[in-house]
Amino acid sequence: MGIPGQEHLWDKEVKGHRTYNDIRIFTDEQLKNYTEEELKNFKPKHDTPMLDELEKGPWPSFVSDIKREALHRKKLAQDDMMIPRDVADDLLGQVELSYVEKETHWKHGGIVGVLGYGGGVVGRYSDQQAKFPGVAHFHTYRINQPGGKFYTTDWLRGFCDICEYRGSGITNMHGSTGDMVILGTTSDQLEPIFFDLTHDLGVDIGGSGGNLRTPSDCLGKARCEFACFDTMDMCYDMTMTYQDELHRPAFPYKFKFKFDGCPNGCVASIARSDCAFIGTWKDDIRINQEAVKEYIAGKIPRNGGEMTGRDWGAFNIQEEVIERCPTQCMNWDGNKISINNGECTRCMHCIDVMPEALRVGADQGLSLLFGAKAPILEGARLATLVIPFMYAKSPYDNIKAVVRKAIDWWTEEGKNRERIGELINRVGLGTFLDVLGIPAMPQMVKEPRSNAYMFFKESEVPGGWKRDIKDYRKRHPA
Amino acid sequence: MSKGKLGYFNPKKPMENRITDCGPQRYEQFLPPVIRKNYGKWVSHRILEPGLLMHVSETGDKVYTVRCGGARTMSVEHIREICDIADKHCGGYVRWTTRNNVEFITDSEEKAKALKKDLDARKFPAGSHKFPIGGTGFGITGIVHTQGWIHCHCPATDASGVVKSTADVLFEHFTDMKLPAKLRIALACCLNMCGAVHCSDIAILGYHRKPPIVDDKMIGGACEIPLVIAACPLYAIKPVTTPEGKKSVSVNYDKCMFCGNCYTMCAAMPLADSEGDCINILVGGKISNRITKPKFSKIVVAALPNNPPRWPEVTDTVKKIVDVYASDAKKYERIGDWTERIGWEKFFEKTGLPFTWHVIDDYRLAYDTLRTSTQFKFTEQAWAVSKTVGGI
Ligand code: SF4
Ligand code: SF4
Repeated sequence: MGIPGQEHLWDKEVKGHRTYNDIRIFTDEQLKNYTEEELKNFKPKHDTPMLDELEKGPWPSFVSDIKREALHRKKLAQDDMMIPRDVADDLLGQVELSYVEKETHWKHGGIVGVLGYGGGVVGRYSDQQAKFPGVAHFHTYRINQPGGKFYTTDWLRGFCDICEYRGSGITNMHGSTGDMVILGTTSDQLEPIFFDLTHDLGVDIGGSGGNLRTPSDCLGKARCEFACFDTMDMCYDMTMTYQDELHRPAFPYKFKFKFDGCPNGCVASIARSDCAFIGTWKDDIRINQEAVKEYIAGKIPRNGGEMTGRDWGAFNIQEEVIERCPTQCMNWDGNKISINNGECTRCMHCIDVMPEALRVGADQGLSLLFGAKAPILEGARLATLVIPFMYAKSPYDNIKAVVRKAIDWWTEEGKNRERIGELINRVGLGTFLDVLGIPAMPQMVKEPRSNAYMFFKESEVPGGWKRDIKDYRKRHPA
Repeated sequence: MSKGKLGYFNPKKPMENRITDCGPQRYEQFLPPVIRKNYGKWVSHRILEPGLLMHVSETGDKVYTVRCGGARTMSVEHIREICDIADKHCGGYVRWTTRNNVEFITDSEEKAKALKKDLDARKFPAGSHKFPIGGTGFGITGIVHTQGWIHCHCPATDASGVVKSTADVLFEHFTDMKLPAKLRIALACCLNMCGAVHCSDIAILGYHRKPPIVDDKMIGGACEIPLVIAACPLYAIKPVTTPEGKKSVSVNYDKCMFCGNCYTMCAAMPLADSEGDCINILVGGKISNRITKPKFSKIVVAALPNNPPRWPEVTDTVKKIVDVYASDAKKYERIGDWTERIGWEKFFEKTGLPFTWHVIDDYRLAYDTLRTSTQFKFTEQAWAVSKTVGGI
């Protein structure tokens, strides 16, 4: 897995670990090559009166930030960068033009990439190349982010140097799917960037096109008491297991894995992934009755202190917890809280309100849902619950077997640009259950069908479907 | 790292020394020591003040996290400043959240407080915060978004600019926790919804309103015509032969819903148009399973003007919705829970937003969203209908 023997290369706790100094491109003088005063007085290459309006107001201004990059590049020697120095300046210029004309000036796609891979780089060209030569070629590079988006500064600074030396110095932290994104580089730099990333930073690029897209996770057990499985370990493991599918397009369309540690769903897997792994438990919510009393006494702020900005009055456990429980499975007798766990749907409300008194159960695993997506093509979908519970322990063979069946079937049956959720919709969830070899359960539906048009299989009907009209006519002369 | 045009890459032997399929970096090495030590051992958490989280482990350890907002379009100069801060206060570790926030993790409250002071003081020369502290609890957090005019070929609006303008207007809700529940905002600059905004409390969605223009000269060379025809969900595209005898396509304008699927398949069918492109607002979606089930966002405003550089019509509308929600919802109610309780007619009455025919679904399965009941509340918009037909 990964680069063998290098799993701890960047680990500051391990002696002899790699540091920024081992791989850096820029010297300290090059990095600190302008003063605050110069930045204040900096005149970018193009006038951008409209964008300048976006320097006002309290929220961090991406315009101010890009200007800062433009100044830094301006003060580096052109030899210190492999793509045009003006790229940040010309980006501002082109975006200003879009602000004036209210239309984009990026051309449609273009197939670029690195050898042996069919994804991870998105081609982009300006349609105003004469005016803004710095961004004539402005391809995006997607880089597979680490689990939980944790970084060391040594590694990040290395990433920054590559971005600036071989790209525009502008990034997305992070792209919508989760990747780190280098925004803007030229075709001749794609291979050198790939070599630097893999050799020096030990990181691979992400997915695009009809591939597995870069999987992503919530930070899970790293810093959250709600996490019911090790999201970061499982995300890493699945990413490695599916490297081929991530880099070499063999799918009808995109496919996303997302790993949420609990039903609160911080990575939005239920809305955004073809295959959503959501942590859950199957025993009882753990209760600390003493802490419940402290909530009632006002010694612990409700909802983890998340609502202290307004005076909501004294905490009322009956109204705020017991009566808001969607299944009405809780009781407060004035002294003790009790939960009828067989009726609980693990919605997280009571636990969110009193995280120091209630804890998710200890017998933990995950639910598996399929088919979420944004509108293109057949409309937006949320994921459908298919498998209620599976233990999720490394190496996750039980789960991988299910996922493999689903993906193989979709690869075989899916039409061009049909997501798995759309395929399931087209052929029916029942067919998908057959593919997975699982029985139906009421948990898969909100309610049984009200639409009375039904299908049956021939094998289910006594005597099958072939009948002889002569027999029929013996009983019913025409 | 390598230097020079080609770096380590040798075009004559491109496969030499190539490392492939190595995947992401192993995450353990990037975890601060206190996180490693307490991995899987966390028992509870508390938000001490906006932007300051405390997590408690069964070992007795506590970690203090300072969260601050970030524009997702970020220069390496900015990331280097983040690294400087992390080196100074956090032993060289830092992380990002799924909503573009930056988190600095420390092992003591004093360190966290010192860090907050440091972050607060850092501003861009023109005055905006570099690291606004907040994004926790019952308020708004980072607005997730797509590329827009900074990098995308099919947007109906910009992304970063609309988000910056909206975040400015709602800034007090980023730095405080005074809303009835969490409020999650997302923007997508076209229907592709790279940002998957379809389950957000408030979604801002760029939308085209003119059918594609067919570039007859280009289409034959650039596109597979059968694929273009098949791309249209409404079967609006037909093959034609131009008077010059070239193979091309025509679009049935009456069927087109401006989705851009054809443009995704074929560069010769652009949709963008400075007059036509607009912004729609959706509300009431969520992804959490808390109390109620996850739900889609619903379109409540169609065709606000696409008005750079600060999109006042959009930010006014969003602010109005947030203000009414903040004053009217009960605690723990997300926007979607609130609208379900009061009814959509009351949502439109309270917000004063016009209800137009555009927001009544007329696509497949539209029937699912029509009201088949005599249970409704009377509002001005109801009287208007009755008056039109002489009912009152
Ligand atoms: S998790 Fe939800 S359903 Fe279960 S007891 Fe708590 S509030 Fe009720
Ligand atoms: S924009 Fe959509 S509906 Fe219109 S022609 Fe293209 S694919 Fe068809």
